[in-house]
Amino acid sequence: MSIALSSEDISRALTRISHEILERNHGSRNIVLLGIPTRGAHLAVRIAEIMSKIEGSSIPCGTLDITLHRDDLRLRPPRAIMPTLIPQSGIEDKDVVLVDDVLFSGRTIRSALDALGEVGRPKTVQLAVLVDRGHRELPIKADFVGKNLPSSLEQSIRVSLSEIDGRDEVVIETRVQP
Amino acid sequence: MNPVKYLIKGAILPNGDQKDIAIQDGVITAVSQNLSATSSSEQIVIDAKASRVLPGLVDLHTHLRQPGREDAETVLTGSRAGAKGGFTALSAMANTSPVADSAGVVEQVFRLGQEAGYLDVFPIGAVTEGLLGQSLSEIGAMADSVAQVRIFSDDGNCVFDPLLMRRALEYVKKFGGVIAQHAQDPRLTIGSQMNEGDISARLGLKGWPSVAEEAIIARDVLLADHVKSRLHICHVTTAGGVEIIRWAKARGIDVTAEVTPHHLLLTEDLAGTYDPVFKVNPPLRTTTDVHALREALAEGVIDIVATDHAPHPTESKECEWQEAAFGMLGLETALSIVQKTMVDSGLMDWQQVAERMSHAPARIGGYQNQGQEITVGSPANLVVIDPSRNWQVDRDLTMSKATNTPYHGHTLPGVVTHTFFKGQATVIDSVVQKIGE
Amino acid sequence: MKHLLSIGDLSAIEATTILDTATELARTSDGQIKKLPTLRGRTIVNLFAEDSTRTRISFEAAAKRLSADVINFSAKGSSISKGESLKDTAMTLQAMGADAVVIRHSASGAAQRLADNQWMSGSVINAGDGTHEHPSQALLDAFTIRKHLGKGSSDLQGIHVAIVGDILHSRVARSNVLLLSLLGAKVTLVAPPTLLPIGVEKWPCAFSYDLDSVLPLVDAVMMLRVQQERMTELFFPNAREYSRYYGLNAERMRSLKQSAIVMHPGPMNRGLEISAEVADSARSVITEQVTNGVSVRMAILYVLLAGSPLEVGSSK
Repeated sequence: MSIALSSEDISRALTRISHEILERNHGSRNIVLLGIPTRGAHLAVRIAEIMSKIEGSSIPCGTLDITLHRDDLRLRPPRAIMPTLIPQSGIEDKDVVLVDDVLFSGRTIRSALDALGEVGRPKTVQLAVLVDRGHRELPIKADFVGKNLPSSLEQSIRVSLSEIDGRDEVVIETRVQP
Repeated sequence: MNPVKYLIKGAILPNGDQKDIAIQDGVITAVSQNLSATSSSEQIVIDAKASRVLPGLVDLHTHLRQPGREDAETVLTGSRAGAKGGFTALSAMANTSPVADSAGVVEQVFRLGQEAGYLDVFPIGAVTEGLLGQSLSEIGAMADSVAQVRIFSDDGNCVFDPLLMRRALEYVKKFGGVIAQHAQDPRLTIGSQMNEGDISARLGLKGWPSVAEEAIIARDVLLADHVKSRLHICHVTTAGGVEIIRWAKARGIDVTAEVTPHHLLLTEDLAGTYDPVFKVNPPLRTTTDVHALREALAEGVIDIVATDHAPHPTESKECEWQEAAFGMLGLETALSIVQKTMVDSGLMDWQQVAERMSHAPARIGGYQNQGQEITVGSPANLVVIDPSRNWQVDRDLTMSKATNTPYHGHTLPGVVTHTFFKGQATVIDSVVQKIGE
Repeated sequence: MKHLLSIGDLSAIEATTILDTATELARTSDGQIKKLPTLRGRTIVNLFAEDSTRTRISFEAAAKRLSADVINFSAKGSSISKGESLKDTAMTLQAMGADAVVIRHSASGAAQRLADNQWMSGSVINAGDGTHEHPSQALLDAFTIRKHLGKGSSDLQGIHVAIVGDILHSRVARSNVLLLSLLGAKVTLVAPPTLLPIGVEKWPCAFSYDLDSVLPLVDAVMMLRVQQERMTELFFPNAREYSRYYGLNAERMRSLKQSAIVMHPGPMNRGLEISAEVADSARSVITEQVTNGVSVRMAILYVLLAGSPLEVGSSK
């Protein structure tokens, strides 16, 4: 086990992502942040707070649950459905930034795009992730990345956030072979 | 008579004596210690050490389904099932199609029993024409027929009209007959599916209240007392019914009663499976009732065990509970259930088993040559059971044509190894023999 | 969980999971989302051996919103009305590859018979069996009560519900008694003594013969339909007398707490067990029960069918 990102690293990465989002979109006017539960939702809130401080106005921020759109539902026991909370402003013609903790196969994001399509038609959809660990199975790429962590398939990436886990850190673990 | 001679070695008689029993020409020729085999090669020696020998069992309540429902059972297949269970006499219930309400039908059933040759089949005659409860059937003609019917019953239906019941009780006095009542108030049991109580309430199955049975028993013992006739109560199932019969007997009323093996063992909670194999009329009752029935049988308040063997074709049971037919198989498991519930529990000894399953039913039915003591000169109607062995019930191996046994998969004590009917072995080493072929 | 046959089979956690799932699904249906891909490629058969347009439509809408293929197999004109056995029907459905069967049947225990035998391998959902149970109705009732009176809590602790009417023949009452008590609510059954089952004192609830004494105490009152044929079966003298003692009219409604709600599983006999004024009042959540029915049935289908079949199968 090794610590890939410390609490300070995470904080710096989120600040940088916030600036990059604002820069790319020429300010915050048309932006809606949607976090993918569970940890992506908390990261979206943090990014929204940082952006609000920079911009001096509040940024619409919500959650988008993708459970009902997953293509691997039948491979596992039933999952609990998490809340989907779309901000009042809606997403029509908005620049929607999806936020998740780890980008891996890309299937979660594919499901998120499907879920988003059921809600409305944004002007653009962008993707912000704390960690990109590679191994994509679909043609999907993040617009904003906290840290690239090239890893082997035997490894797993564990993201802890203070809101859920009591502390901020990202660790790489090598799975014990049975 | 069959020329084969048998020597049963070392079986324990109902009174506890261990004896050898010699059988020849349809009768018991010797009961003694250390009988030696004759030199004749025709004598078959049966080692029955550790086994019990009882007089052949007599069932007063059997549905043989012939004529009319030969897809469920015939006199022949029912006879085989009876032999397998240790019976040497069955009483064929009248609810066939056509109904056994005339001399013609009872003689047909009687003749089919003789042709089958495994045991005595004594037909029971219907009390009312077509079991409809409206007018008396030709009771006298049935009594005078070759079948010499002595027991009359509308079983399946209750003789509900009190005047009709009174007349029937009176009428059979002429020849010493008996009315066997299926005690069920039809108005209190419209659409009933199982015992009425908290379980029926929860399962949403219409209740069959105890009072529907007890009210008829109470009425009929009073009627029997009034006309001084003989009443037999079929399949008593409730503690309350037992109390009424106890009271009636204490008053000297000429009433006898039967209990089925399944009501001695199974309880209403089995309906929770919604598996109609447990659907029976009268229904399975509570644990309290089961214990009251066991005590009453041990005491003699209930005189006999009768099987209410009720075969049904698969499709009548492989369906929704409320669509399914009432009834369960009983002949092949009866003695094992009685051993399990009454003997192994210490409530009765084997002498009492012989009384409740052979002597008393033969007496009630007036069956000649059945239910005799095991003594020299008695007809050789015998059953040998090994109480120390267990067996597993398999519905696919029943001798009965039907498979609706509620004990499928159960391990039961007591293996019937041999049955002798008029000196002929109908069962040897638990295998039913071919008779008359 | 593979089947939903009886509320008696559910734990409080399982029941709450279904209600929580329904809450999230209801939220998605508040927006513009018409259809979710969750059960795409799965086949659900509505086997309605007894007429019930409302329940069938509700299950059909729920299944379709989750993109399942729905086959309706109804009593009229089908082989069931021609005397086909439940077994043969089940084997037909199996041959058609049904992943789940939603069954409504006039025989108590019919759903369990379908699930217990090896006639078919799919999930069985009891949509009302005889006078036994109607689990999805109880779940939607609990959902509705929780939404109005739950104060944010996931259970129904401290809530008192009266169920009024023909308890004896009501599968809705049986399922509701089990579910509401499982979730911590207090339940009082109110009916004439003839319409309460023998053995009701062993149910996890109270009972009363007097509606007027119960009404001021409860947070929700659920009125049950009274079948006209009960009169010919001698359960009560006539409709007028029933209505006088057990009908919910405007005057009786005034004795309810300010916050109390009025429910009815439908279809209503206006003027018999409930007056038009009550049914159409602001306290009435009767049409909302119908709306909630779709979300709750989506949740049931999701919990039973969305996960892996192996995992699901091993948990019962």
